[in-house]
Amino acid sequence: MSVKDYLRERYMPHLWCAGCGHGIVMNNLIRAIIDLGLSKNDIVMVTGIGCSSRISGYLDFHTLHTLHGRALAFATGVKLARPELSIIVPMGDGDAIAIGGNHFIHAARRNIDVTAIIMNNSIYGMTGGQFSPLTGHDKKATTAPFGSIDHPFDTVRLAMGAGASFVARTTTYHVTSMKNILKKAIMHKGFSVVEILSQCPTYFGKKNNMGNAVDMLNDYKTHTVPIGSKKKKENPDLIERGIFVQEEREEYCAEYEMLVKKVKKE
Amino acid sequence: MNKKKVFVQGNEACVEAALYAGVDFFAGYPITPSTEIAEQLAYRLPKKGGKFIQMEDEISSMCAIIGASLTGLKSMTATSGPGFTLKQEAIGFAIMAEVPCVIVNVQRGGLSTGLPTSVQQGDVMQARWGTHGDHSIIALTASNHQDLFAMTIEAFNLAETYRTPVILLFDAVIGHMRESLIIPEPGELPLVERLKTSVDEKTNYHPYLPREDGRLPMSDFGGVHRYNVTGLMHDMWGFPSTDPRVAYILMHHLYEKIEGHVNEICRMKEFYLEDANCILISYGASARSALHVVQSRRARGERLGLLELQTLWPFPAEAVRQKCERAMYVIVVEMNLGQIMRVVKRAIDDPNKLFLANRIDGELITPQDIKNMLRMIYGKGV
Amino acid sequence: MKKHRIIFSGSGGQGVITASVILAEAAALYEGLEAVQVQAYGPEARGGATRGDVIISDTDIYFPMVIQPEALVSLTQTAYDKFLGNIQPGGLLLTDSHFVTLNKKVDAYQTALSMYKTVMDKIGKPIVFNICMLGAITGLTHFVKPESIIKALETRFPAEIMDINKKALEIGLELAEGHGIS
Repeated sequence: MSVKDYLRERYMPHLWCAGCGHGIVMNNLIRAIIDLGLSKNDIVMVTGIGCSSRISGYLDFHTLHTLHGRALAFATGVKLARPELSIIVPMGDGDAIAIGGNHFIHAARRNIDVTAIIMNNSIYGMTGGQFSPLTGHDKKATTAPFGSIDHPFDTVRLAMGAGASFVARTTTYHVTSMKNILKKAIMHKGFSVVEILSQCPTYFGKKNNMGNAVDMLNDYKTHTVPIGSKKKKENPDLIERGIFVQEEREEYCAEYEMLVKKVKKE
Repeated sequence: MNKKKVFVQGNEACVEAALYAGVDFFAGYPITPSTEIAEQLAYRLPKKGGKFIQMEDEISSMCAIIGASLTGLKSMTATSGPGFTLKQEAIGFAIMAEVPCVIVNVQRGGLSTGLPTSVQQGDVMQARWGTHGDHSIIALTASNHQDLFAMTIEAFNLAETYRTPVILLFDAVIGHMRESLIIPEPGELPLVERLKTSVDEKTNYHPYLPREDGRLPMSDFGGVHRYNVTGLMHDMWGFPSTDPRVAYILMHHLYEKIEGHVNEICRMKEFYLEDANCILISYGASARSALHVVQSRRARGERLGLLELQTLWPFPAEAVRQKCERAMYVIVVEMNLGQIMRVVKRAIDDPNKLFLANRIDGELITPQDIKNMLRMIYGKGV
Repeated sequence: MKKHRIIFSGSGGQGVITASVILAEAAALYEGLEAVQVQAYGPEARGGATRGDVIISDTDIYFPMVIQPEALVSLTQTAYDKFLGNIQPGGLLLTDSHFVTLNKKVDAYQTALSMYKTVMDKIGKPIVFNICMLGAITGLTHFVKPESIIKALETRFPAEIMDINKKALEIGLELAEGHGIS
């Protein structure tokens, strides 16, 4: 199987801008799925609204392109109804953490077996460059022309605090580790969160004088370090990447199955 | 006595009916006065291997039942006014993506948080127009538990037949009132099961291409046909499109598949309409008071009749017009500021003969309230 | 045509609504009658004012609320003060002398029984106070047969507490003897 076998070429060209990181995520997600040997019929991809969410249209799975922020709520319904299916939910940063923040923490709390991929480009791209909860203090956006006074979430800590049993972060520069992390996340039995820093040269990059896509990818190279790196101690501003949490915990649908078995006996 | 007779609340009757109809998935969030539906299904669904989940809010509950329905399960949620408002976003999605599901709204009093333990019928228009954009919707109601049972099953049947969300618009009086219910034997009431595509794995399946009869066969998520579902305007493949022709055809289809079947969809009950010179039009708990008045006035020889609406949307405008044609007076009895009255006004030939007997203070409208309106109309003063 | 309307009133936790449900259920399921029960209560689950209305009839019941009860049960002074005026002329009022002081004149048979005290003396469990009241009102009104109440109780409560339920019901029936309006 090649990457192309997973694309709905009928729907190309995609709408992502030149230099956008989301295509890199899509490519590695497909490669991860090929490596895992999953059947296309067994995968349901649920997305919300935003640039990232259009990924569901381009991929040849069962795809559900839903409402802004609500992808995990729809995904919860699909998964509980058909626990044997693999559910992958790519979201944007605003989609997952702003409007979808409540669904995100509750999906994590339930530890439902869904793979949440947060394609974090630090901006609302689809609507033209407004700041998101992950934009960052002092960063500029069309709705923060003087620099944002909002402080960002740390997605990884948020996911850990909410109870996700698999939490990882990677970037579009680190494609090999991205693929490996995605494989582990998909195979993980429980709620898994993968934050992928994904460049948006069109809005976030331009507003904040970060150069072109290559410059932004280089930033990911120089501004991120593996978890536990010495460099982080010297420079706390560096962003850690890798797998932060990977633990076995009762998964929601499995618990429900057990409940059904118990009450049927009574 | 073979049949099972029970003495239950309206909310419990709704649960019995949903189970009879084959509900397999419920997602909800607690809210008065609908909570008993969630409580009962939390107990009953796991026992039959069905799925129950209490979500983090009403929004996610609505989203979850859509997701579950796409895998082939009959799905429902239940709420009241404030939660119904929150569900509107996803109800619009279910209409657009043509996903069958059932939404119960046990109406309570007032706008906003209002009167949580009191009754009103103020969500009639929200049921019709609560979600944004032009669309069509099916909303059913009932005034007693036997009808409530039948209409709940009808809701599941219509949802499957028309691939659309169906709203059950009950009210706090009916939801909490207890009365007898005879549960029909299995097979006694017809059930509509999901129409699945007969297209095989190797052939292209078009999820949004209606058959000649207008129905759209479905394919379960997880099955052999992989397709896209979206809230964007979409083509027959389910893929987003901004082509004006595609948008026009879809808008037209979504509207016509319901408005074009008003006669098949609409249910109503008639009491003494043949010779009535004064017709009451009512629904839900209000119709009980209206029927009380009609029965007592008929006993005195007065030519009063009742048209009880069981389908509120699509509105059976032509049927209402015909039935009211010969009446001197038409009085809409409802617990709001005239939401159905205004629809009736547009439907009937002479709006000058139309009156409203209503109540909006959280109390059930009484027979006396209706009699006061009759006295006023007949010029006797109140 | 026979039609009986009754209001049970009191405060949350006294079992007023449960009593109304049992009476209506007894009529509907075990006497082949039509019955409707509705309830109103404050937002708090315990301690608020509560009211359960029951209509029993041999024909269809449409309007489900009771406006003018033939029988009124009031288990708190507040409920007594609030609902007394609604009672049908010549109707029946049942109160408990432990909770309510009869201080108003009304065209009704005002029956104050010592239900609470007797239940506490003979059974010692306040939880069956409402069942005793149900016995008393059944004895006073004969709207349904005591056997039907027992059947309704049996489907609602576990077998192990049926004995004290039956005992409480009997206490109520005994207290009512000689007070009826038959």
